[in-house]
Amino acid sequence: MIDRIVALGRLGLTAMAALGRSGQFLAGVVFGVPRPSIGFPLMVRQLYAVGVLSLAIIIVSGLFIGMVLGLQGYTILSDYGSEAAIGQMIALTLVRELGPVVTALLFAGRAGSALTAEIGLMKATEQLSSMEMMGVDPLRRVIAPRLWAGFIAMPVLAIIFSAVGIWGGMLVGVDWLGVFEGSFWGNMQSSVDFVDDVLNGVIKSVVFGFVCTWIAVYQGYDCVPTSAGISSATTKTVVYSSLAVLALDFVLTAVMFGDF
Amino acid sequence: MNSPGYISLRDVVFSRSGRRILDGITLDIPRGKITAIMGPSGTGKTTVLRLIGGQLRPDSGSVILDGHDVPSLKRGALYKLREKIGMLFQSGALFTDLNVYENVAFPLRVHTSLPEDMIHDIVLMKLEAVGLRGARQLMPSELSGGMTRRVALARSIALDPELIMYDEPFAGQDPITMGVLVKLIRDLNSSMGLTSVLVSHDVPESLSICHHACIIADGKVIGEGTPDEIKAHPSEQIQQFLRGQPDGPVPFHYPAGPAGTDYGLTGEVS
Repeated sequence: MIDRIVALGRLGLTAMAALGRSGQFLAGVVFGVPRPSIGFPLMVRQLYAVGVLSLAIIIVSGLFIGMVLGLQGYTILSDYGSEAAIGQMIALTLVRELGPVVTALLFAGRAGSALTAEIGLMKATEQLSSMEMMGVDPLRRVIAPRLWAGFIAMPVLAIIFSAVGIWGGMLVGVDWLGVFEGSFWGNMQSSVDFVDDVLNGVIKSVVFGFVCTWIAVYQGYDCVPTSAGISSATTKTVVYSSLAVLALDFVLTAVMFGDF
Repeated sequence: MNSPGYISLRDVVFSRSGRRILDGITLDIPRGKITAIMGPSGTGKTTVLRLIGGQLRPDSGSVILDGHDVPSLKRGALYKLREKIGMLFQSGALFTDLNVYENVAFPLRVHTSLPEDMIHDIVLMKLEAVGLRGARQLMPSELSGGMTRRVALARSIALDPELIMYDEPFAGQDPITMGVLVKLIRDLNSSMGLTSVLVSHDVPESLSICHHACIIADGKVIGEGTPDEIKAHPSEQIQQFLRGQPDGPVPFHYPAGPAGTDYGLTGEVS
């Protein structure tokens, strides 16, 4: 019994120590912004790596999810003779929930894991140590540009995801299943509010972007610098990011839309 | 030692994961000389370099570098001090997304505001010094192990440091590359007036170029002096290390229980 209590206490202490380390790490990154002349080009390069290179998976996924929503929505709504509401259903589902959440999950799998592996490998090959020994802080030079790039890229990717999804839903609903185009867009326009729906969705994706990138860069920076350590850190990035996104989504949804 | 101590470690204790790696090391490294720190693998030689560079902090004891107490330096002062230090890592640690030229130019771009044509000339001069001016457009993945270390060496002298630390520069190199590295370390030290600290377990190469050597084992300095003094040292443990004898004060067998128990034998085992 005592052993179990000790083990539980040790687990708690380890978790708190890890949280403290990651908080300290985050403070070092956020307050250690490099000179704009050096930091901006580095961030633009990372924006390309985590943002532009994630576009393909985001666009294809958004298209198919929108098409599936169109099909499912039509099947359900046509039972009640209200298939004209398909536009608002697709738009609200995407901008409020699926856009930010699915983009964050895809981002964690595509860009987050790549960030962790890259930073972990830089650590294993002593590139971060050599930078330190050259008087260059790797938190500023390597981590900060990646964190800010992820932070900026995620909302943009989520908006693109939702836009492509709505277009995919229209392809299925209007062009294939014959819903009147005027009702599709008209209902959507009248029921989707910019602040309540679109802006709240963007806020969600900003939060997810921050959390996913923080987890990814921290796991890379803190990993055991061996092949097994990098593999474990990459797995942790995807698992922790996914769980954090889903849990935070519930909290944010409750705060944003829970005013009954 | 005739020269004043440039680096001085006093009673340094360092532990990691509950294991004591350095157990009260005291060491002086003279200015402008090559000092070799030798010893078997896993005795904390690289840890000494990292303590000097401030990448690790000792549990107790002091590390003084050119009058600065390294462990007590604030982050900004420590990074400033490191601009005077060059370090050659065992793996070379070149930035894999930059070519040879950009790797060598990296510290110049970060720490100076020199015009591009001057950076160009300095980089080519440093690459010329290591014999790789012609390889400036290659990526790190296109270099051999020896070339990687030579590029890393050119990068570590880009800012004309006062101190250069070499972490196992000869490990895993062919004889020609080893000869090249020995020559480079010796020439750079004499031509640039550097203080060099060489961590290695390659005895003949290290003793052939160093002015001062010390041997570390079991977290302590077990012998130090000039190469000739080290070669004639009475300690059996040092002689075993220098001659590469498989058994001696450092036993061949890792400590183990009775063999009979491990093999599951019930009878007497001789």
